[in-house]
Amino acid sequence: MHNFITYYLGSGFWGSLVSSVLPLVYIMPYALVTMWLELKISAHMQDRLGPMRTGKWHGWAQPLADVTKLLQKEDIIPTAADKVLYLLAPALVFVGSYAAYAAIPFSPAYIGSDINLGIFYIVAVSALVVLGILMAGWSSNNKWSLLGAMRTAAQLVSYEIPSSLAILAVVMVVGSFNLNDVCAAQSGWFWNWFVFGKFPFLFITFIIYFIASLAETNRAPFDIPEAESELVAGYHTEYSGMRFAFFYLAEYANMFVVAAVASVLFFGGWNSPFGAYLSGPVWGAFWLISKGMVLVFIQIWLRWTLPRFRVDQLMYLSWKILTPFALINIFAVGLWVVLRG
Amino acid sequence: MDWYDILFYAFAVLTIGSAIGVVFSRNIVYAAFSLLFTFFGVAALYVLLSADFIAITQILLYVGGVLVLIVFGIMLTTRAQKVEVKQGFIRLLPPVLVAGIIAGTLIGVLTTTKWPAAGLAPYEETARPIGALLMTTFVLPFELASILLLVALIGAVIIARREKTRRV
Repeated sequence: MHNFITYYLGSGFWGSLVSSVLPLVYIMPYALVTMWLELKISAHMQDRLGPMRTGKWHGWAQPLADVTKLLQKEDIIPTAADKVLYLLAPALVFVGSYAAYAAIPFSPAYIGSDINLGIFYIVAVSALVVLGILMAGWSSNNKWSLLGAMRTAAQLVSYEIPSSLAILAVVMVVGSFNLNDVCAAQSGWFWNWFVFGKFPFLFITFIIYFIASLAETNRAPFDIPEAESELVAGYHTEYSGMRFAFFYLAEYANMFVVAAVASVLFFGGWNSPFGAYLSGPVWGAFWLISKGMVLVFIQIWLRWTLPRFRVDQLMYLSWKILTPFALINIFAVGLWVVLRG
Repeated sequence: MDWYDILFYAFAVLTIGSAIGVVFSRNIVYAAFSLLFTFFGVAALYVLLSADFIAITQILLYVGGVLVLIVFGIMLTTRAQKVEVKQGFIRLLPPVLVAGIIAGTLIGVLTTTKWPAAGLAPYEETARPIGALLMTTFVLPFELASILLLVALIGAVIIARREKTRRV
């Protein structure tokens, strides 16, 4: 039973519909909480308080107010923009982020689609995000948008290589693309998780994957696609209101995708850290989301700590440091898998 | 009609419709983005044939690689989207000839092949057998393809570096 909804409703139309909408029910509150966390964490890191008044207690209602404001804003379409592509781009970017949720095993009892090629599928559908961003940048008919879109495409295409190679190392160890199998291979206490050296080299793999995944979410220190001090806002300069909110939501959805993939591949996914204690279908979702949120917190932490890379430094890091290390790492892991038999 | 048929016809219409868009679009950017739906529709048809590995590879390579490069190229070329498509008999002849030969071959294959109507085969795992075959029976074509890709990679690096060496 990998999907309790299709188990109860049958795998027909209604079961498929409900189980494909369920991740959206998670993304909305998750995005609101993460927006608030980002406001508060960035404020405290800069020795400020951040929002304190909206909703009385530490400004907890600030993201609600922000979203309400965004939805009320006028939907502006620039006269010189290409209307069809301009309207399609935010949807495509969000579809690319959201499609990845189909293969994320939230708990032993819930995975949108328990396909054999889960992680391969997640890597593949992220290509839609690149195209959506290129579409947004070109159709806005604005030089900042276009430059931002070009930078994004160059960055995402470059960093896909070390991140895919890092994922491949884990796939070699487990012998399956299925993310439920990857979780099952790390069952037991937390020292069985791949990151803690049940297999050698996988800690290095995690570091490579985490750095590459930071670049894939377009956030500082890899935020040259939007670099507000150079490009206003990059590819979404011209967008306002609801359409801008879509880009925003897609960014947060994407942050959780890479965090969830990292926690499945290296931190045991839905496994409880304490062996069989506190494990089960609902606890599984709790552990996966908690692990994902810790990694999201680290992403926020790094964003507000590190300065932005220059374009050449960005390419240098990907092609001359991460990719060679990922290749050596894959060779070492492969050798170890073969020698172990 | 069950869900399988409805999905099949929906994706078939998407694939063919967007392919027509690619061919007849006057705007080269529209043509490139229509190609996205063609590739995606073809991947969906692969999924309906239980060829999941090919389907995902199709999205990864064609959408994530080829199409991003095409769009990138169009964007880097100034005013490529305003190029007038030139017409005339001399320009019309070679494409008609090539298209005619390809269409003739395809129709020939279509009419001579027997199409046994089999029921839906149960889904089988594809990734593991494909990997095993690539490392055993088809290891030579596999290595040849990787050498070809390596040559293309080195060629791209040489073209990109030419300016620098000339200056020195």
